[in-house]
Amino acid sequence: MSQDIQNYISDFDQLKNDDWFAKNRQSALNLFKDTGFPSSRLENWKYTDVRPIKKKSFSNVTEADVSVIADEINAIRFDGLDCIEVVFINGVFSKEHSSLEELDNGLVVENMLDALANDKDLLAKHLTKYADDKISPFTALNTAFIQNGTFINVSANTVIEKPINILYLSKESNSALATHPRNLIVMGENSEATVIESYIGLDDANYFTNAVTEVSLSTNAILKHYKIQQESLNAYHIGNLNVMQGKDSKLESHSISLGGALVRNDIHGQLAAEGAEIIMNGLYMTGDKQHVDNHTRVDHLKPRTLSTENYRGVLNGKSRAVFNGKVIVHKDAQKIEAHQNNANLLLSDDAEIDTKPELEIYADDVKCTHGATVGQLDQNMLFYLRSRAIDEETARSLLTYAFADELISNISFAPIRNRLERLVIGQLPDAALIREFTNE
Amino acid sequence: MLKIENLHAKIGNKEILKGLNLSVNAGEVHAIMGPNGSGKSTLANVLAGRNGYDVTKGTVEYEGKNLLELAPEERAWAGVFLAFQYPVEIPGVNNVYLLKAAVNAVRKYRGEPELDAVEFLGLIKEKMKIVKMKEDLLNRSVNEGFSGGEKKRNEIFQMSVLEPKLAILDETDSGLDIDALKIVSEGVNSLRNEERSIILVTHYQRLLDYIKPDHVHVLSNGKIIKSGGPDLALELEEKGYDWIKEEAA
Repeated sequence: MSQDIQNYISDFDQLKNDDWFAKNRQSALNLFKDTGFPSSRLENWKYTDVRPIKKKSFSNVTEADVSVIADEINAIRFDGLDCIEVVFINGVFSKEHSSLEELDNGLVVENMLDALANDKDLLAKHLTKYADDKISPFTALNTAFIQNGTFINVSANTVIEKPINILYLSKESNSALATHPRNLIVMGENSEATVIESYIGLDDANYFTNAVTEVSLSTNAILKHYKIQQESLNAYHIGNLNVMQGKDSKLESHSISLGGALVRNDIHGQLAAEGAEIIMNGLYMTGDKQHVDNHTRVDHLKPRTLSTENYRGVLNGKSRAVFNGKVIVHKDAQKIEAHQNNANLLLSDDAEIDTKPELEIYADDVKCTHGATVGQLDQNMLFYLRSRAIDEETARSLLTYAFADELISNISFAPIRNRLERLVIGQLPDAALIREFTNE
Repeated sequence: MLKIENLHAKIGNKEILKGLNLSVNAGEVHAIMGPNGSGKSTLANVLAGRNGYDVTKGTVEYEGKNLLELAPEERAWAGVFLAFQYPVEIPGVNNVYLLKAAVNAVRKYRGEPELDAVEFLGLIKEKMKIVKMKEDLLNRSVNEGFSGGEKKRNEIFQMSVLEPKLAILDETDSGLDIDALKIVSEGVNSLRNEERSIILVTHYQRLLDYIKPDHVHVLSNGKIIKSGGPDLALELEEKGYDWIKEEAA
């Protein structure tokens, strides 16, 4: 066993681990002990070096030792959005700031620790079944530390109108923390819901978020899932979304990555029955020395399944981004459609992108497209705007915004779209210049 | 208004303009005609300030200023407008917002108060009629998904809203059917006045049936080789360009 995981092992011993799930945690820890952190010699981690995470001896002992005042939370709430809210502060569920009373019939939203106690049967059936500890050591590490997180169960034939807004807030604390949020979303037949997962740094603390979300969609279920990553610029974020999809179910995933020093987002969709559809939209905006890696994988396991992926990156400073989109069309998965696109805008000479679409096709009657572009701002567009009296700086900002906004403007839910547009504008070098070009 | 003297310009190592002279007074409409490759579009682009052209010799004076020293946006602020031969599609940038920002940038430069949303809407409603611009096009992204004719119409619409002092129309007639050509021409004609100068760059005489120029110039091999009145255009239509080239040689 190497020295660099010692803190995880000793903290594990201090963990409350006396429930029915104890041996799952223990075996996940054993797995993590065997593998350790992934090295960049592994193909899957080739462009992302996790040594900064490995080197730092984060504390996994999460106590609610910081107080976040209501004003701080209000500042990051969605304007005019009536939603169900689940709030975690430094990894620990905050009952005080959450609003989980008076939930609709057919809806369960609770902290994972409560769910382990209250909903054992459902959890035994679903928890750890879609995120594979063997595929990522980070997932194994997360499983070993399952305590806090959000469990959502939407019963069959239930449509939840209010979005469920999950806030993982981080703040400087006595020791640099590693948190391991674990979410499970179980959607019954013909159910519908919208879930927003936000990971937000409230200051510039150095911490490590290691999140895993598992989703199970039964026949005809529809989930709109938003992940908004705004960690502190000194934080490390590893996030894993794993989805198992039943017949004619639909997942719409929007992943917006803005913060973090070192970030890795993984999405794994399994289209396990006919007619299942996954849509993956992603936007990453990086600057300074940020490193943001997006890996997605879709398994078309059955015929007539659909996947559409559209990721865009805006890179500035000396930042580096990675996009890897894998589509696997399994044998006999005929008449599937898979479309993938990744477009990148490099705003500085020192920014770097590694983009790689990967298609593995074992069926013969399929429709697959993919494309990747890397470029600077279009000179013809720039000249056109300038010839229309727009100064160069504004024109550059505007074109950058327009490039990023193409992903956001498709979001049908106005409060989320407006919030994201504001966030995107906020990331631009000259945000003030382009306000009059937006809906504000 | 505009005085071009001995203008030489290159793209890369290729010399395109080879000593061009042209003088345009306020209120005049000048047509620059010439065969393909004669340098017509280069002239339009050099006047608007597009990158990629090296001016190696000569001067361009606009209202007493050295035009070549100004950035494209500064030229626009000062009243120069280029109607593009190939208007650019800009996904994600709204037509109306662009136009409002453009109008206010120009007003700011002139020291005039900026227009608020209501005043601006009043202005564009009025101007839309001139080129029969459809309202739904206005609220779309700039030129995105527009037909060729709609793009050209949008150029003239922008011109009518911005009210430039010097408008350069680069092959505005190309790709237009006869109805669209009439609409675009009416738009341009409605903008003619004693203070506004217009340079029409065109390959064909057809446009000049609808917009009557005061002066016609023939550009060939980077120079103006013949100038005349409207009749010159008709002569060109009849005889082609070769006779002038021979005459000039």
